[in-house]
Amino acid sequence: MVVIFYIAAALAILAALSVVAQHRPVYSALSLIVVLCSLAVVYLFLGAEFIAVIQVIVYAGAIMVLFVFVIMVLNADREVVSQRSRMAHWLGAPLVVALLAEILFAIWNQFPAAGTSPAAPVPAGPAAIGHLLFRNYVLPFEVTSILILVAILGAVVLAKKEF
Amino acid sequence: MVPLSHILALSAMLFVIGAAGFVFRKNIISVFMCIELMLNSVNLAFIGFSRYLGNLNGQLFAFFVIVVAAAEAAVGLAIIVAVFRNRDSLNIEDLDSMKL
Amino acid sequence: MGTFSETGLLVLITLLKIAVVIVVMLTAIAYLTWLERKVVAHIQSRWGPYLVGYFGLLQPLADGAKFILKEDIVPLEADTIIYWLAPFLGFTLALLSIAVIPFGEGFAFHGHTITFEITDLNIGLLFIFAVTSLGVYSVALAGWSSNSKYPLLGGLRSSAQMISYELAMGLGVVGAIMISGTLSLRGIVDGQAGFFHLHGINTYIPHWNIFLQPVGFLLYFTAAVADTNRVPFDLPEGESELVGGYHTEYSSMKFAMFFMSEYANMITVSCLATILFFGGWHGPIFGPYLLRVLLPVFWFCLKLFCFLFFYIWMRGTLPRFRYDQLMAFGWKFLVPVGMLNVLATSFVVAWVSSS
Repeated sequence: MVVIFYIAAALAILAALSVVAQHRPVYSALSLIVVLCSLAVVYLFLGAEFIAVIQVIVYAGAIMVLFVFVIMVLNADREVVSQRSRMAHWLGAPLVVALLAEILFAIWNQFPAAGTSPAAPVPAGPAAIGHLLFRNYVLPFEVTSILILVAILGAVVLAKKEF
Repeated sequence: MVPLSHILALSAMLFVIGAAGFVFRKNIISVFMCIELMLNSVNLAFIGFSRYLGNLNGQLFAFFVIVVAAAEAAVGLAIIVAVFRNRDSLNIEDLDSMKL
Repeated sequence: MGTFSETGLLVLITLLKIAVVIVVMLTAIAYLTWLERKVVAHIQSRWGPYLVGYFGLLQPLADGAKFILKEDIVPLEADTIIYWLAPFLGFTLALLSIAVIPFGEGFAFHGHTITFEITDLNIGLLFIFAVTSLGVYSVALAGWSSNSKYPLLGGLRSSAQMISYELAMGLGVVGAIMISGTLSLRGIVDGQAGFFHLHGINTYIPHWNIFLQPVGFLLYFTAAVADTNRVPFDLPEGESELVGGYHTEYSSMKFAMFFMSEYANMITVSCLATILFFGGWHGPIFGPYLLRVLLPVFWFCLKLFCFLFFYIWMRGTLPRFRYDQLMAFGWKFLVPVGMLNVLATSFVVAWVSSS
């Protein structure tokens, strides 16, 4: 049972490396969809069934469709090799590894593997999330709806061809 | 059950991969996708903590992160389309108008 | 049975159910093509297939053989990986959504209850919406990877239409979910058992959601027809419009996969309409035990057949929408009507449950 988490985690990391390493944006987008779906499997494993399905419907099924549309319409092709100096790569790659090592060290110190066991699983179906959303978090909910309205207006105005 | 440190380690790895891609990629749409990757790693951390502390607040926050990411993606891609129409290039080095 | 462990038995039964469902689905898809050709032909006052086998019943087999033996043409500049991925992805997702649909009540077998579905998720309806959302990719990627004008336009139009009408579909369903109180498909069907009782008198009207949510049903079915790219919303794949739309450059087996995934989506959407609004497998049950087990499946398939016949009937009768009319209808009419339906239903549900 626990092996499902490790398989999904390995798939997510491989796909994330593919997002960063691919030369063509379409393959990066497809790899990002694989990352999103494997993270949805991890969320299911952690008991967050509603968030897992929302991740697939909204993130992998709508946001990434928008990305794929823009890539197709703008006909984004291979990346050109940069003419500028490669110093950033030579200096940056070890620093990225150092950042990762630092974060992992901090996590390991704070949450040792043999530490406390998890709390009892809370039912996380749509009913429970809905109760919490519409009672404790109703203000962020309403503000988010205004945010979405503003985003729709902004996107339509910015992408129009002529006024 | 998976220890919390493993879940946070996965989240950290995804975040660092996303940050590396954000810094090193030249195509603006790929840079934007690495931003989405970083947002997802943070979502994973929220859900991991929600499982280990036994309450649903982490999942609610992850829900709001997904919604805000949707709004951000819509506006960001509209900006990219508008920039492409004006500068006719998706390479961030061509979109750079700063002096140095 | 003593040598099998519990999980081993569960895995075995589930694998058996998967095999049965796949075989039945593939046969159903093949004979749905036969049914479509026959019904459309009779609407148009001609015969339809009648040469191959009695009433043309072996025509799907002949079509299958033709598809397998046809030459496989791949465009020169096509993006190979995505070009091959798109039809298989579409077909896989179309079959995946059948996994949560309950076909009947179930029966007892050596002390275990075996239900007529592969699995019953308590977010089963959202699972089907998730799989439908991912199905947009097969269309968009097919159009793009063919590296040609008409497929690209057809693919973009078709996928834009699909994501627009998914929203209307979701809104149409919310009313039925509020009445049932659960997202599990089996739970929604169980909530539609029996008859309506007015002040204790049994009116013999079945307790189906169609009588409580007529607007929701019309909204859902219209959006579902548009989401599966069927007439009258099939502009992206009409022959006189965009050659073939997103599947222009596909031939033989890959084209057959697009075809089959369209019919599988039709079947899934009709199954959902039956479960959400028409009481699923509920109908008159009588007779010995074997009949009691098989009659719910029969009623479910009968209602499903009515929906599929209605789909084919619309194909033979209605003209198609223009693309801007199509998108305006989806966004400017269906979505506001859906939201008003949700508002009205929530008021009524809150009033009824508080009184």
